[in-house]
Amino acid sequence: MLNRLTDTLNFQAQALTLRSERQRLIASNIANADTPNYVARDFNFATALRDATGVASIGPSGTNMPRLAMKTGSPGHLGLGGKPAGSANPDMNYASASQTNLDSNSVDMDRERANFADNTVRYEATLRFINSSVRTLNTAITGQ
Amino acid sequence: MSMFNIFNVSGSAVSAQSQRLNVVASNLANADTVAGPDGSAYKARHVVFTTTPMGEVGAAGVTVSNVTEDNAPGRRVHDPKHPQADAEGYVTFSNVNAVEEMVNMISASRSYQNNVEVMNTAKTLLMKTLQMGQNN
Repeated sequence: MLNRLTDTLNFQAQALTLRSERQRLIASNIANADTPNYVARDFNFATALRDATGVASIGPSGTNMPRLAMKTGSPGHLGLGGKPAGSANPDMNYASASQTNLDSNSVDMDRERANFADNTVRYEATLRFINSSVRTLNTAITGQ
Repeated sequence: MSMFNIFNVSGSAVSAQSQRLNVVASNLANADTVAGPDGSAYKARHVVFTTTPMGEVGAAGVTVSNVTEDNAPGRRVHDPKHPQADAEGYVTFSNVNAVEEMVNMISASRSYQNNVEVMNTAKTLLMKTLQMGQNN
């Protein structure tokens, strides 16, 4: 019963963790915009969230079939994809340079700034979802 | 909380960029320096950036790994009346390219601003995270 109340919160907490991971990754890309041979990195948020929570979210392909996660009873168990269950270390993708340059740096500042702004807004959205779930729970338990 | 690491990452980039700005400033200041008594003029300096891991996986900061000297030959101007002129009447100036340094300066200051903005956004987000569940 109680886990029904906190399921939404757990899901949003996982989403918030992944959003902050992505924020840090984009910050690293922006910080290394002038470093020779640096390769920009990012991860697919939808896939990472699905891997981390083991539940279905409506992905870009439009599928919302529940994905069957293997039951993990110990921290050493591996989830789907070979990573520890509930792991917050998503698979990294590496960007290729959008324009030719001499120092082999693949950071595209326009793309990174856009991603950063996008991720900021989505982080705040997740925070708002959490806040409103808390408000809902509070209303429910005070019984007014 | 991985967002705190943004301050380390962007902070390292800000300090690396300010070191680059410092080097540009000393290059520009010495743009018209002539060769001293030892016969060698000021040589332009350049910073070398390297990625450095910052604690957690995925966090990559920047450090200045090296400051190199430009070994291009200095500008030589024929001016026999100059006190530092050599036997053939040439004065050797420093090898600083003022245009290149100005471009470097603009690039460094833009990158600096970018990183400051990243830190401001991260701070705003963290402040909002701290207030999670309180405003009801």
